Amino acid sequence: MFATGWLLASVFVYSQVAAAQETIKVGVLHSLSGTMAISETTLKDTILMMIDAQNKKGGLLGKKLQAVVVDPASNWPLFAEKAAQLLEKDKVAVVFGCWTSVSRKSVLPVFEKDDGLLFYPVQYEGEESSKNVIYTGAAPNQQAIPAVDYLMKEVGVKRWVLEGTDYVYPRTTNKILEAYLLAKGVKSADISINYTPFGYSDWQSRVAAIKKFGSAGKKTAVVSTINGDANVPFYKELGNQKISAEDIPVVAFSVGEEELSGVDTKPLVGHLAAWNYFESINTPANKAFINQWHAFIKNPKRTTNDPMEAHYIGFNLWVKAVEKAKSTDVEKVIAALPGLETPNLTGGIAKVLPNHHITKPVYIGEVKADGQFNVVWKSAGTVPGDAWSDYLPGSKDIEADWVTLKCGNYNKVTKKCSGQNYK
Amino acid sequence: MLSLRLITPLHAQSSNDAAFLSTLGELREASYDDKGAIVERLSRSGHSSVRPVLTALLDGRLYSRNSDQKIFIVKSADVDPFNLIDPVSLKPAGSAAADSLTQIGTNNGLRRLLRTTVARFALSSPDAVVRLDAVREMLKSLDDPTVTLLRERAAVETNSGVKKEIASALALAALDGSDSKARLEAIATLRQSLSQDVRNRLALLVDKSPGGAFVESDEAVRRAAASAVQSIDGWRSFYSDIQTLFFGLSLGSVLVLIAIGLAITFGVMGVINMAHGELMMLGAYTTYAVQLAMPGHIGTSILLAIPAAFIVSGLTGVLMERTIIQFLYGRPLETLLATFGVSLILQQTVRSIFSANNRSVLTPEWMSGSLRLNDALAITYNRLYIVIFTLIVFFLILLVLKRTRIGLDIRAVSQNRSMAKAMGIRTEWVDAMTFGLGSGIAGVAGVALSQLTNVGPNLGQSYIIDSFMVVVFGGVGNLWGSLIGGMSMGTVNELLEPYAGAVLSKILILVALILFIQIRPRGLFPQKGRAAEDK
Repeated sequence: MFATGWLLASVFVYSQVAAAQETIKVGVLHSLSGTMAISETTLKDTILMMIDAQNKKGGLLGKKLQAVVVDPASNWPLFAEKAAQLLEKDKVAVVFGCWTSVSRKSVLPVFEKDDGLLFYPVQYEGEESSKNVIYTGAAPNQQAIPAVDYLMKEVGVKRWVLEGTDYVYPRTTNKILEAYLLAKGVKSADISINYTPFGYSDWQSRVAAIKKFGSAGKKTAVVSTINGDANVPFYKELGNQKISAEDIPVVAFSVGEEELSGVDTKPLVGHLAAWNYFESINTPANKAFINQWHAFIKNPKRTTNDPMEAHYIGFNLWVKAVEKAKSTDVEKVIAALPGLETPNLTGGIAKVLPNHHITKPVYIGEVKADGQFNVVWKSAGTVPGDAWSDYLPGSKDIEADWVTLKCGNYNKVTKKCSGQNYK
Repeated sequence: MLSLRLITPLHAQSSNDAAFLSTLGELREASYDDKGAIVERLSRSGHSSVRPVLTALLDGRLYSRNSDQKIFIVKSADVDPFNLIDPVSLKPAGSAAADSLTQIGTNNGLRRLLRTTVARFALSSPDAVVRLDAVREMLKSLDDPTVTLLRERAAVETNSGVKKEIASALALAALDGSDSKARLEAIATLRQSLSQDVRNRLALLVDKSPGGAFVESDEAVRRAAASAVQSIDGWRSFYSDIQTLFFGLSLGSVLVLIAIGLAITFGVMGVINMAHGELMMLGAYTTYAVQLAMPGHIGTSILLAIPAAFIVSGLTGVLMERTIIQFLYGRPLETLLATFGVSLILQQTVRSIFSANNRSVLTPEWMSGSLRLNDALAITYNRLYIVIFTLIVFFLILLVLKRTRIGLDIRAVSQNRSMAKAMGIRTEWVDAMTFGLGSGIAGVAGVALSQLTNVGPNLGQSYIIDSFMVVVFGGVGNLWGSLIGGMSMGTVNELLEPYAGAVLSKILILVALILFIQIRPRGLFPQKGRAAEDK
């Protein structure tokens, strides 16, 4: 069976035969066309760079790594199809991929059915833990909650505008934040929540409303989960209506170096972003990574960003897990992952937790005129990722633990595991 | 007299300089909170360079040299190598490569503090606008030294605007006094203000403490404050209504601008042009290209982009008409599909040339910021210019259609093609010109859009539906209909948005439009006459 497959493969990919003597296939599932291509192409290149570097070090378990790149074209159902292709046809050992939450939700059943392994590198809304996914991006308690804490304690913010694009990530995040703020004693009259569609550009009355809401004599901040394109006209309108970061700061969870490159940053200066990595953080590891990236992409002007660091961590963790398990078998690798540690790029340690999330430091930066960030606050040490938010009534009793409980959705009160269950 | 206070006697100069320098040196390693304290100390030191140093810190032009940790002011952070200025003598101190210096960072809180501190110095500026800004800045945090400064300034101030602002600042300070009569007078002064800061301060006087008792014990003061708050609120809500109206007109004028071109191609010629949005996108990219070609002249490039975009989109339109659309007249479904295909081709072409990423079109200085009419009403310049621009474009088109030979031909062909042909009009040429004109206007709209939204390959798609809605609502074939239709849709949208949210208000408008079309299928201003019946 294996021999026939091997024979067939060697007929079809004749040119690769020499290189493919003993390879481990690594799937890359990122959109290379469509609306998400801008962000996701960079992540594809990051993984290719990591694979290239690993092969130069002699590969893994004595075998070379081989990337299998597919293009799901920013089309959510196509993500599931391409994932099935990677797992069933190409038989990849691991997949690095997805950006939007909806694409992750789309591939999730495929990974669980075919027992694949996905490293998901983007900050997301939480409320999920799958046996087959390692979440290397931030959960809400590693980005949104610390950012709100910073504004509350360090900036003295009393009134909150939660402004988001209308889809699952902002809605869930804002639900968590609202519950958190109410729990902290903020009155509901001091919280204003609003959603606008994707690509929204007529911000004038929204910004005027924010200005009005912010002029009640209490320090006001905007927590922005506005995604993608809509950000530029939003900040532009803030600038035009003379709302400076000193009056009403905006803290964003989706605006990073990549999004700021090629944008007129003048109206953004001083506004805030919360991430687990900034390109401007000065550590030897980060410097080496940036140099490696510039050399690989052959463009010294390209920026690095938070999801790239997440892929860097994810790839290194997978390599360590394979070395520990001495096999690329998904079952064994998943068992080896919890507890593994690898250094991140900002001088800390990323550790895989039993809930398949990792520990991450939190940074808050102010936008500078050159599109980079000036770090104004960082967490003391790293923060462990929490899959199920402690502030939502439906999820505070739920725990994810793939080591002892073997469950991603365990209710501590009813002592039952619902949903995905592998006993 | 302010400058007098700052100049120290000569003999103390050198020791003062040393103290100043060492305080300055502390900035390097300090946390943001400590930096705030250092700034306070510096501003109290009375050294003659305090103002330039703090201004440089505020602008991000204060650096420390890595080799010897010395602090320097940098003339401009945009040119490498930096031109250094000595912070004490304020004389040039040579130049150094940008990476041999480290910037002294600031955060929002620190910049806010710096702005108020620097404002104190700006109070003696010869420029009335600078003084006015300074007073407004100081008004936000009034303390004793600030009040003293303002009082000194009030005695010599000549500009009436600045005087008024100082008077309200002093009145605000007087509210904290104990003399009941002075406080009542202060409230009477503040009553005329429209500022939100003043209103909030007055509202505090009316507040009740958690125990239920009034915070303010003097009843006369309380009553005066309550009535003043009410009066200010009334005026503010009046101005806020005017602002909403302006928002509506500005959104409306964007809608009109994107619809005029379509009113010509769809309204006059009856061509359903799905690539209309992409013609706008071409206009926006033309703006980008013109701007790229002449760096440093952003304002001029925008003005030049208007004719350039007209030509680029117009020629593309003529090309489309000659190669595709002319073979499909009278077959709307095929035209729709063919132009949709063209729209995809145009998008992909732009993607191949400029990449899929959005391009940043810079906004000229005169188009950013807002025109401040009073404390409660400010109108953003970019929207204001676009309203004016739309009206100019609209009346120009009207003039072309009504007063020129080509306009006469266009109207003749659209009303009765065979009769026009019989009269010797080259109808095919007129078709191409009409389509070119409509497309050119789309390009001009693209120039305006480049100032409002992102310039990317998908720009056109987000506006195509809106532009069809306006044309259908206004009445196919009627330019005035498009103007009235676009303006009213924009205004209704902005009126609804605060209550219904962006998504729901759009849905409501769409539903209202559908119902309206049921009653008046030909829109607001239907074309009349026999020719219209044939269509």
